[in-house]
Amino acid sequence: MTNTESTPRHAAGGSKRPADSITGGQLPKHSWLLILALGWGIAAGILSVTDVFSIGGTAVLGMVLFFVLHYVASFAVEGRRRAADRLSRSVVTTFFLVALLPLGSLVWEVVSRGVARLDVAFFTETEAKTHIAGAQLGAAHALMGTLQSTAIAFLISVPIGLFTAIYLVEYGARTKLAAGIRFLVDVMTGIPSIVAGLFAYSLFSMIFGPGSAYTRTAFAGAIALTVLMIPTVVRSTEEMLKLVPNELREASYALGVPKWRTIVKVVLPTSLAGIVTGVILGIARIIGETAPLLVTAGYFQLTNPNPFSGTTATLPVMVYQSLRTIGPTAEQLHALGWAGALTLIIIVMGLNLIGRLIAWKFAPKTGR
Amino acid sequence: MAKRIEIKDLDIYYGKFHAVRGVNLTIEPRAVTAFIGSSGCGKSTVLRSINRMHEVIEGAYVDGQVLLDGVDLYGKDVDPVRVRRQVGMVFQRPNPFPTMSIRENVLAGVRLNNARMPRSEQDELVEKSLRGANLWNEVKDRLDRPGSGLSGGQQQRLCIARAIAISPDVILMDEPCSALDPISTLAIEDLIKELKDQYTVVIVTHNMQQAARVSDTTAFFNLKKQGEPGELIEVGPTEKIFHNPDQQATEDYITGRFG
Repeated sequence: MTNTESTPRHAAGGSKRPADSITGGQLPKHSWLLILALGWGIAAGILSVTDVFSIGGTAVLGMVLFFVLHYVASFAVEGRRRAADRLSRSVVTTFFLVALLPLGSLVWEVVSRGVARLDVAFFTETEAKTHIAGAQLGAAHALMGTLQSTAIAFLISVPIGLFTAIYLVEYGARTKLAAGIRFLVDVMTGIPSIVAGLFAYSLFSMIFGPGSAYTRTAFAGAIALTVLMIPTVVRSTEEMLKLVPNELREASYALGVPKWRTIVKVVLPTSLAGIVTGVILGIARIIGETAPLLVTAGYFQLTNPNPFSGTTATLPVMVYQSLRTIGPTAEQLHALGWAGALTLIIIVMGLNLIGRLIAWKFAPKTGR
Repeated sequence: MAKRIEIKDLDIYYGKFHAVRGVNLTIEPRAVTAFIGSSGCGKSTVLRSINRMHEVIEGAYVDGQVLLDGVDLYGKDVDPVRVRRQVGMVFQRPNPFPTMSIRENVLAGVRLNNARMPRSEQDELVEKSLRGANLWNEVKDRLDRPGSGLSGGQQQRLCIARAIAISPDVILMDEPCSALDPISTLAIEDLIKELKDQYTVVIVTHNMQQAARVSDTTAFFNLKKQGEPGELIEVGPTEKIFHNPDQQATEDYITGRFG
């Protein structure tokens, strides 16, 4: 080993410290706030003087000026590396906030417009009295329809998806059949939802004839939703099963446990949290689908308790139908539509929360 | 109920890859046999072929015979699941079932096979197995806590308890101490010496001192050269292998003059 001469390097800009010093210049802690205000102020000034002032323009120009000024100030005091760090930090944070904007404004819009009609009548009444001015309207019929079609889709997709995933991970592994299934599942993931709806509609038309009462039903809607839900369940379950360490399977085999019982009693319990979360997210994915239900389940102003006969309302379709209404009852129906949209957001949020709760509850514990 | 294992002309393959060639070996009951040799020479592969865990890996198969008290494990009517109930195994990395408590882990072999057992018998079995694995005193107050909350050494002893709970005839150990600290290693080694009173014990180890300390018989595996299948070079009483081996390769390996 030889001693390498340390090459002299310039320390933080402008300072007279020796090259190997570990201290350097520092911008005051909250100086960025000042620079931000300065940037926006200059931007507003420039735009006012040139007579094109607007809030949006000030925001964009102000942020750009802020990036530049902040970088320059930091470069002068702290040196190049810290300046680059500050620049990328402020750019990333800004874009993160920009990304949050539409989400925040969407939630605000739906809550402010929908919360008024989220009353008892919303859950008990239907649209039966639409023709009576000032009558209480509700979404009970749509909630019922959504419950029916989602529950049926759930009951069909979960077993199919679960067993497919078990086949892919535990039995198929690297066979050609498994590769084919995997490819088809990937293709299914990308199917536009309207295509799933048309598929279910034409299937039922073929069986019962286009005009039959059995063609456009909650069940037909559920079949369309199943097409959308199966790939989600297969994919998430497959990933979860793959995460189970092989050592656990081997430990089970070494105890003389047959393969199927190893899957049922070791592999599935170990990955249960992830599987349940995946299924719940799958439900959240289909519960807001509009297009396929519009084609298959159609619409009906009253509660239709029979999922196998007659059209039925569902929440997303109700939102669509209400908000496009014009005429004397429009205001009432619009309020109902916004409340329906808010309900959908609440349901999806609730499902996500439940998914997280289950993931946390069932996750294998370390017990330390 | 310890049983004698005779391996006759055993060749092991992973798909097209010929991993082990022509092993002939007799493993005595109520004794500890150690497999030593450099990495990749097929010791673990041979070990796994003794309870048909080998074929769990896709494309793996064997040619030859492994006799357990005269019965060929690879015979036509043999069910690998039944073989594994008689030949238990402990793995390199401790692998207790993370969803199960300590108690459930010990009972896993019984429960996963859906055998019915009254509560009192279960308690008895748990205590007996944990005592057998020298773990009882450390965990008797927290049997319902998750097994994965134990230390590495405790987890490994829990895995041994789990293996002896199904009362096998043979216990195979694949580098059981390689992930453990010296104190846990000592605990396991003491345990191995006790286990040989009742079981046929086969242990794969990279630790030569460990082989010398715990085993009665030592088998040395080696590759003739890189890319060739692994072979059994020499087997004999541990004392002899370590002090006066017949083969030059064995002596080179034992004394560290290898490669």
